[in-house]
Amino acid sequence: MAKTNYESVVILTPVLSERMLQDASSSFEKLITENGGELIHKENWGLTKMAYPIQRKTTGFYQIFEFAADADAEIVDKLELAYRRDEQVLRYLTTKLEKHAVKYNERRRNGEFNKPKPKKEEAPAAKSAAKVTPMEEAKVESITNEVEES
Amino acid sequence: MAKRKRYTRTPIVRPKKYCRFKKSGIKYIDYKNPDFLMAFINEQGKLLPRRITGTSLKYQRKVAVAVKRCRHIALLPYVADEMK
Repeated sequence: MAKTNYESVVILTPVLSERMLQDASSSFEKLITENGGELIHKENWGLTKMAYPIQRKTTGFYQIFEFAADADAEIVDKLELAYRRDEQVLRYLTTKLEKHAVKYNERRRNGEFNKPKPKKEEAPAAKSAAKVTPMEEAKVESITNEVEES
Repeated sequence: MAKRKRYTRTPIVRPKKYCRFKKSGIKYIDYKNPDFLMAFINEQGKLLPRRITGTSLKYQRKVAVAVKRCRHIALLPYVADEMK
């Protein structure tokens, strides 16, 4: 059976504490591996500003999973069902990766592109997540205030 | 009757447009990279036509898909004023 590569981007609410964030991402990971998927890569962008508010939130935790699975397996359906059921998920996008995309992602992981984003990720992502936790509630308030004002 | 002076318009010489994907061998357009996609949208966040960017049809389709995906995951706005 030929394997197909998929990429799934999930935006989680900024209200989460670090542990909740890890729980959520590990539960999705588990779902992928239990349904016969093979997790290739996992990425955490940390708290990222969004271009427009979703459910009155202006920021979100971006999680990216790249996995390989059998083309006819129902793994994507199951994963997206879990996303929809999960109230912490603001938005998700799952895409099938063509061969050029697979190559591109591989090169990106190895840091061949001198883009600022993937290189920065490891350090500041963890920091920003840590920063958010103590004042998460205050932050949410400020976010909702911003929306109301605008 | 005076002969009307024959008037020939001097052609405006512009550098030839080219498809940047074909030229630099880019095969996949990453929808998670809004900074790169900024080159293909105007300040309102709308897609620029091929006649301006010079992109070939094959890659214009891919650009369009990438921009739409990028908007969906809220890295690019659907509507904007003065985003550049």
